[in-house]
Amino acid sequence: MAGLAAKFGSGAMTNSVAEIADNDALFVIGSNTTENHPIIALRMKEAVAKGAKLIVADPRKIPLVKYATLWLRHKPGTDSVLLNSIMKAILAEGLEDKTFINEQTQGYEEFVQSLDPFTPEYAEEMTGVPAKDIIEAARIFAAAENAGIYYAMGITQHVMGTNNVLAVGNLAMLTGNLGKRACGVNPLRGQNNVQGACDMGGLPNVYPGYQKVDVPAVQEKFEKAWGVPLSGKIGMPATVMTGAMLEGSLKGMYIFGENPAMSDPNTTHSVKAFESLEFLVVQDIFMTETAQLADVVLPGASFAEKEGTFTSSERRIQRVRKAINSPGQARSDLAIIDQLYKRITGQGDLEIAADPVAIFDEIAGLWAGVAGMSYGRLEKNSLQWPCLTEDHPGTEYLFKDGFNTESGKAIFSQVPYVASKELPDKEYPFVLTTGRQLFHYHTGTMTRRSSGLNKVAPEPFVEVNPADAKILGVNNGEKLTVTSRRGQIKLKAKVSKIVPPNVVFIPFHYSEAAANLLTNDAMDPVCKIMEAKVCAVKIEKR
Amino acid sequence: MLNLNIDGKDVAVASGTTVLEALRLAGLEVPTLCHDERLKPFGACRLCIVEIAGMPKPVTSCTTPATDGMVVKTNSERLYRLRKTTVELLLSDHPNDCMVCGSSGDCTLQELAYLYGIRENRFLGEVREHSRTDHNPFIIRDQNKCVMCGLCVRVCDEVQGVGAIGFSERGFEAKVIPPFGHDLDCEFCGQCVSVCPTGALAGSLWAGKPRSGGVVKTDTTCTYCGCGCNITLSSHGDKVIRIDSVADNHNRGWLCVKGRFGYEFINSNERLTTPLIRKKKGGEFEKATWDEALSFVAEKLSAIKEKHGADSVAGLCSARCTNEENYLFQKLFRVGFGTNNIDHCARY
Repeated sequence: MAGLAAKFGSGAMTNSVAEIADNDALFVIGSNTTENHPIIALRMKEAVAKGAKLIVADPRKIPLVKYATLWLRHKPGTDSVLLNSIMKAILAEGLEDKTFINEQTQGYEEFVQSLDPFTPEYAEEMTGVPAKDIIEAARIFAAAENAGIYYAMGITQHVMGTNNVLAVGNLAMLTGNLGKRACGVNPLRGQNNVQGACDMGGLPNVYPGYQKVDVPAVQEKFEKAWGVPLSGKIGMPATVMTGAMLEGSLKGMYIFGENPAMSDPNTTHSVKAFESLEFLVVQDIFMTETAQLADVVLPGASFAEKEGTFTSSERRIQRVRKAINSPGQARSDLAIIDQLYKRITGQGDLEIAADPVAIFDEIAGLWAGVAGMSYGRLEKNSLQWPCLTEDHPGTEYLFKDGFNTESGKAIFSQVPYVASKELPDKEYPFVLTTGRQLFHYHTGTMTRRSSGLNKVAPEPFVEVNPADAKILGVNNGEKLTVTSRRGQIKLKAKVSKIVPPNVVFIPFHYSEAAANLLTNDAMDPVCKIMEAKVCAVKIEKR
Repeated sequence: MLNLNIDGKDVAVASGTTVLEALRLAGLEVPTLCHDERLKPFGACRLCIVEIAGMPKPVTSCTTPATDGMVVKTNSERLYRLRKTTVELLLSDHPNDCMVCGSSGDCTLQELAYLYGIRENRFLGEVREHSRTDHNPFIIRDQNKCVMCGLCVRVCDEVQGVGAIGFSERGFEAKVIPPFGHDLDCEFCGQCVSVCPTGALAGSLWAGKPRSGGVVKTDTTCTYCGCGCNITLSSHGDKVIRIDSVADNHNRGWLCVKGRFGYEFINSNERLTTPLIRKKKGGEFEKATWDEALSFVAEKLSAIKEKHGADSVAGLCSARCTNEENYLFQKLFRVGFGTNNIDHCARY
């Protein structure tokens, strides 16, 4: 998100899901959309049925490839090289959108120079994608009237994740695919309310509405609103907290509705960190891997038991309504946080229940992006931010009237080649990449407790290309031991051409063979995201 | 624009509109079993027939394009008789078991039988007897109840792009099956279940659950990925018994396997039901009251802050929980502890 914010002044899907059907060309990179965002994928299939051209860039033969005009099977970790070479080819053919570049962007000259090394031939060598396919992709994308780019964690979960996002943004700028319908740069958010958690200031550097904690005027605004002095010091991102716990400077933590002891790359390391805390509170609906490490566990409520709002990937704020009561003494998370807030700050009456409507109004008063929203309006229709006034209809796509940067222009970035931190070598000859599968969700806390889903996808597996399987002497369904420098798991082989030779894939849903015991916690220097998508492993049959 | 007269009403519609769409724009309705606005017209059930001036026989309105000057009649004694006969023919080999059918009350065929008052059937004869059982955990097929409307086949192909099922055989033997009659092996999105107008397709999870009495429906938002699909929870007491999605929302009523069938975790008996405190490191969890647990947490975190400074505490909020909860959580850390150490799993 930091990448997009730097370029455009805002980090979210620029366009809406319904517009996808009207794309003339789609470029899907680092997103296994049919399995991770099945309903967004329906719009992609609709676009293809209407004649749009679909380019899929993915090392795995994901289901979307079946609908693609062109499939670019690049090596894991070479996304920015591929993107740069496509842009180089667009320039070589003179297909760039000169008007858009002149009127709405800055930093173009330096950007063009930075593309120099990225000839299709160089890219073929680095990415494994034939130069002619790179040129073909350039032609398809640049020739389209309305072309959209869609990406997810396959782009971001790398040490050069921010760079990858910058390159994606460059491609949209170079072809003038911003600020209009049915195009744009569209990060597909993986969780129901990850957009909302960011919007609400669940980040170490910003208050609600992406207002920076280290800008004195902003700090003053929130000090006035909340009636206490606030810290102007940027806090620690989650990935940095791990180190701080181990080193002893971070002593107390409160985690709610997250399971980092399973989802963190290099889990052994983060479990050790949580164990070293003086005090850990976990609030969840199940005894998760993280809750097992806690000093206090607080039983929260599922989505079916609470009132509130979620914000979807397309900036759409929607109501969540209570259907049933929570089991036993479990309480809504809002009620629990409210009680702790009152006890810790000494403000407010413990007898009065927290009111989501009042809290939403408080948010709308502090963030202009949702100033025009209220439960009254949301009761009838969901709304997409920005929604500035009570009669504002919400915003289908961003940047219609320029960008939110200081100059009002989008900023081209120079993206050099950065290699993944851990590449295969003699000892660890395979590249491991991780992800989700259709039938499960994240750490499996919910889906593995849903009998049907667990019946069709009962156990962990590692996808191995038939050529590698032959060398290893392994048949489909046989047990393999997969080892990285950080950990070891045993699981069944799934011999499949979905993965290319020398690459293996493991879904990270299964605690009995947790893929994140193997993954690398090397971090992107800007976003502090960990490199869950590429690490080196060895595979043995035993 | 095209100008039509339907049942004496003048209506102007865009070129490319079908007669069915035009009559609906005029606020009129005809029965249909095989039509869904989200899919291409199919013309299988023959119930949407209308009379058009100048045409010798009634035509299906769903497949007839509107033309300028068209004069349409949606209701006449003849149309009523033809529609009633069509429903009677459909019922002639339909199991007469609404009493035990999970779709009773949510079945277009049942509604039509009610509308036309069909109790006796003039066409009783041979009845289809399919005896297959499926082994998947999500979808029950009762082919004896299939009316061959083709909605399931079309949604699977046109919307889902999967094509897991198709028509096989002809005439009386015609049926919808997966390739070679094998077991269904698909994405289990359940789109087919959601469009089936009878009890031929149903969700295994809601078989045997209450159909209407005491069932409460709540419109809410799916809890899985960032697509943000609108869903309707059916609950009975404190149990969620079914999930659907209405057709006129931004996800157009389509859901995935997790959204439609992945809700059992809500009523799992592994849910946490009481606060737990571990009094000393390495010890066992002990049950606690809310007051004990909340006071303990407030004291401990405040004491750490007092002793080691504001930045010695941190919070992870949740990409799974509501905006209001996340807002209050970050406010707790910023106001209550004076630290910006707040983050969540956006990076995973």
